[in-house]
Amino acid sequence: MCTYLTEKITVDGSGKGATGWFGASEATVYVDHPVHAQYGHTVNIDVLNPALGPSARVALELTEETALALADAIQKAIASAPAGLASKDQ
Amino acid sequence: MSSTSPDAVLAETVTFTGHGGDQIEAYLARPLAPGSRGGVVVIHHMPGYDAPTKEIVRRFAVEGYHALCPNLFFREAPGADPDDASAAARAAGGVPDERLVGDVSAAAEYLRGLDGANGKIGVIGYCSGGRQTFLAACSIQVDAAVDCYGAFVVEDAPEGMPKTMKPILHLAPNLSAPLLGLFGKEDRFPGPDSVATLDAELTRLGKPHEFHSYDGAGHAFFSVDRPAYRPEAAVDGWAKILAFFGANL
Repeated sequence: MCTYLTEKITVDGSGKGATGWFGASEATVYVDHPVHAQYGHTVNIDVLNPALGPSARVALELTEETALALADAIQKAIASAPAGLASKDQ
Repeated sequence: MSSTSPDAVLAETVTFTGHGGDQIEAYLARPLAPGSRGGVVVIHHMPGYDAPTKEIVRRFAVEGYHALCPNLFFREAPGADPDDASAAARAAGGVPDERLVGDVSAAAEYLRGLDGANGKIGVIGYCSGGRQTFLAACSIQVDAAVDCYGAFVVEDAPEGMPKTMKPILHLAPNLSAPLLGLFGKEDRFPGPDSVATLDAELTRLGKPHEFHSYDGAGHAFFSVDRPAYRPEAAVDGWAKILAFFGANL
């Protein structure tokens, strides 16, 4: 299935892509065909900076089980650190 | 004395004038031997203007056609890797239908202008390109069209889908050419019900068409580099495509 359904958020931080580190401005999450993972569909996560061009991109293609595990791990890692330690207003 | 082998082809990236006068990139493959030839516009799948798609373009040249695949994501991502370009096009909301029709129309004109062109044009597309093939064949004059598992021709797209992916079954009365449809019975988009609805509507309208749905195949069964590849369906599908273009181009 070719979905155009894309969850898009603004992000604040950095990512390392094919051309090195860049300041990230948005992230998209969508369920669709992967480019590389050997599945018909995966949860695809892109961290982007469109102002720097299409190559300013960190890409993930994960099964839904591992994508959910990743989301859970993010929650746990943040919860186990002092509140606000990695906040924009740290 | 030397002569050109019938299977000698030239394949290269070219620039042509697409929708709105935009200069866009395309992949062109053509036989080197002289001859009168039909042209095939290849519409790439949603993952983009990638290496396997270029392989398809070269195959059409080996089979005796002029073939051209426009990079539909060129405007969003000139010079980018195909996967980055696809992600950029997605983030921008996808390819607008009007622009797609303009690009396919311009690609057809480009092919008609090549030395040896016989004026006949076929269009073939995969995945999102299947829907776009139907859209193009209902919008401009072509001589043959092949829809490989295009979704959202008949069915409503899931909630939240941008306007670019609206159903286009209502365009069927304008279908300008015979349509070959190749589908997987295990595909959900388009599912067998949607394929049956399109089949019935084209029959009702008296539009020449030939549909084949393969057992044991789902979406993207022509994709040689993906786990969806189904050799039996793909080999038979290629034979049907070549017979169909042979009869119509």
